[in-house]
Amino acid sequence: VSLHKPEIKLESLKEDIKAFLKTSGWEKKLQNAVYSELNVFPSPCHPAAPPEHMKEPLAYMRKAQGSWEKRILKSLNSMCTELSVPLAQKRPVNEQKELLNKWNEMGTDEPDLSLFRPVYAPKDFLEVLMNLRNPNYENGEQPSFRNHLGLIQVPLKVKDIPELKEDFSELGLNIGQLGIDDSAQVPPEFFENEHVRVGQKVLAEQDSAAAQQYVRQGCPTALRADLWALILNISNQPEDILYYEQLKSNVIQHDLLVDSLIYKDVKLTASNDDYYFVFEDYLYQVLLCFSRDTSVLEHFTYSSATPPKSYIRGKLGVEEYAVFYPPNGVIPFHGFSMYVAPLCFLYHEPSKLYQIFREMYVRFFFRLHSISSHPSGIVSLCLLFETLLQTHLPQLFYHLREIGAQPLRISFKWMVRAFSGYLATDQLLLLWDRILGYNSLEILAVLAAAVFAFRAVNLMEVTSLAAAEAVLADLSTLKVMPLLQIFLFATVT
Amino acid sequence: MSVQTIRNVFSVETGYRLSDDQIVNHFPNHYELTRKDLMVKNIKRYRKELEKEGSPLAEKDENGKYIYLDFVPVTFMLPADYNLFVEEFRKNPSSTWIMKPCGKAQGKGIFLINKLSQIKKWSRDSKTSSFVSQSSKEAYVISLYINNPLLIGGKKFDLRLYVLVSTYRPLRCYMYKLGFCRFCTVKYTPSTSELDNMFVHLTNVAIQKHGDDYNHIHGGKWTVSNLRLYLESTRGKEVTNKLFDEIHWIIVQSLKAVAPVMNNDKHCFECYGYDIIIDDKLKPWLIEVNASPSLTSSTANDRILKYNLINDTLNIAVPNGEIPDCKWNKSPPKEVLGNYEVLYDEEMAQSDGPDRDLRSRSGQSTGVKGNRARDSGKPVLTTWK
Repeated sequence: VSLHKPEIKLESLKEDIKAFLKTSGWEKKLQNAVYSELNVFPSPCHPAAPPEHMKEPLAYMRKAQGSWEKRILKSLNSMCTELSVPLAQKRPVNEQKELLNKWNEMGTDEPDLSLFRPVYAPKDFLEVLMNLRNPNYENGEQPSFRNHLGLIQVPLKVKDIPELKEDFSELGLNIGQLGIDDSAQVPPEFFENEHVRVGQKVLAEQDSAAAQQYVRQGCPTALRADLWALILNISNQPEDILYYEQLKSNVIQHDLLVDSLIYKDVKLTASNDDYYFVFEDYLYQVLLCFSRDTSVLEHFTYSSATPPKSYIRGKLGVEEYAVFYPPNGVIPFHGFSMYVAPLCFLYHEPSKLYQIFREMYVRFFFRLHSISSHPSGIVSLCLLFETLLQTHLPQLFYHLREIGAQPLRISFKWMVRAFSGYLATDQLLLLWDRILGYNSLEILAVLAAAVFAFRAVNLMEVTSLAAAEAVLADLSTLKVMPLLQIFLFATVT
Repeated sequence: MSVQTIRNVFSVETGYRLSDDQIVNHFPNHYELTRKDLMVKNIKRYRKELEKEGSPLAEKDENGKYIYLDFVPVTFMLPADYNLFVEEFRKNPSSTWIMKPCGKAQGKGIFLINKLSQIKKWSRDSKTSSFVSQSSKEAYVISLYINNPLLIGGKKFDLRLYVLVSTYRPLRCYMYKLGFCRFCTVKYTPSTSELDNMFVHLTNVAIQKHGDDYNHIHGGKWTVSNLRLYLESTRGKEVTNKLFDEIHWIIVQSLKAVAPVMNNDKHCFECYGYDIIIDDKLKPWLIEVNASPSLTSSTANDRILKYNLINDTLNIAVPNGEIPDCKWNKSPPKEVLGNYEVLYDEEMAQSDGPDRDLRSRSGQSTGVKGNRARDSGKPVLTTWK
């Protein structure tokens, strides 16, 4: 189909172009691209609002994020000085060759990482969040049952169960779900077969919006990889593959300090995981490239975080010699590689795996380790979790608080990692289906509360934080969808 | 009871007889299945027999390869079949072959070759074959090495599945749902320089345990359900189901192949460890069957699995924890199966028609096959379900 024909008339050109776009599939691609932008970027604010407001409207949050960033950077710089390792350096040619040969099996490398420490761990971050205060909010009263008894003490608006029921209506009791209605006891004719058929149709139509709606009821395993790619608008074009190869050559040529942090993180977490150890090498291939990807810097326009700036040696303070460090502005923390690991079950082609992860990061994961007031930000999720627990399981909440086992201390790590490494992989993927479907991370807080509700009986009997941790140590047998459904739709409020 | 003890128990010299309330965990001549050379011999014999009776199962394709029964890599006995082997080798001189001693386990004595000179010792006319001892210990099998294994995360793996046989005639066998994949700790490379690096090629845990990268938390093992999830997600459901159907098929066919020669002593049951490799076209290959699969544990998860395996096995062999009686009908009630699923029940298959469907659904289970009656119509592998 081409418009380069003598029959094309000037009078009907507009209609002809529209028709051409439709038949060639470009209309759909444009729609998907626009839809993607709408999902990612926040709605425009007041024309007079400064750009910081798009990152984070509340001043005290911006300030807190800034202080946290300063701390992280200080920690990184001091490690750098202690170990006399430069933040970045060019690799000698023979080392470059060696790395290129070993690219597919970097896991067999055993560099001495004993002196490297993760820059921070989730629990360090929790301490910061606990100390967040809104200076404009005077809460003179002593904490009581009327106020909030949890660790988060900032007044953000979070949803209650009636609102969540509405938002997550597709998880209701009378609607079919994968993760519940595809179990061995249910004949596939009831729901599963039809759902698979609809999924295939959605993929055939290549419609992002339809896919996003569809996955709210879960993805069939065989369709999941394609559906996620459709929602995230990833098509793995030749230019994307080329871009990835370019990043790879950046890795070969330059060595970054954060590379060692990444190695250490993978060795400590994914390599020891029953599900993900197999993919260790893929994790290096993704994360080392990720650190060097400057296109990730774009997400800082809508993230409350700001990329750390560093200066070429000897030019401290001279703006022309300022660089972002690492190039993508994201400093990995302990457990970071677990964001990538589950995706290895879906994508075995490195450049596609890379793009999917990058998109997941700039849409969702960045919110889990930056301080903001966004409803999907980690602060709101913590508050949502604590509020749900305090409102619906007050006895449990009070008991745990009394024995020094604040629930958030246990559930925080689950939410920061989006439950990766805690749930069985098939359950995790069902959970992430819903994150994509609802374009929100709130489901993480709801699940965390649902897990506590599920183990409430045992938790009521413990008498220490350690014992509470033990009750909740193993989530690998949990079935996510029934827990969510019961908590939202079948619990007496 | 170990295989040595079994040999004594059933040996003609000791004159020992098992009483009715004694059940043992090996069949007297289990080696028909568990010795590499005898297994291959029995399968070859079985195929020829089916071919002779004109069974559709023995159908061959244009290249003369069995369509449904080609599941063991081309294998020869050495030194007996040396010349036949040389003929085959010369057809594909760049191929790699794996030499395995017949009587050993745990990966002992295995090595790879890609040049005839490497196995000169086994040539029948060789002047250096002064040790041409016909003792079974020195005999080797040589099989075509599967150099295009399916790789996951770039790593090679094999499948270990547990199969319990309570009787051979009629054949009644059960498959343990919780099999696992054993990954090599070192990246797989078909390059010839790595032929000597056993950590790349052999997946026996006994060998991997001594590699530098062996991890004591997961032990380089994956559950079969992880494998299924990965394959369904990356390759699709139909081909994954077909793969698992084929795996069940080859297990049952291997048991049927040895059933006629097995001493179906009613005092016996046996739990075998099947080793299967999947190639990159998703075709499963039977590598070997172990009579004494390792019941030691290398990780915590492993200990739980092996404990449950023994527990479930004994529940089927001797249900209700009662005093065993070898005369019972060996039909345990469904409740005691535990993590086992009926793989094939010859009696049931013959009493019901080919329409009987014992499929158990759900993507995570191994699926249940019910009705491959011996002379049924043309079997289409995907309708195993």
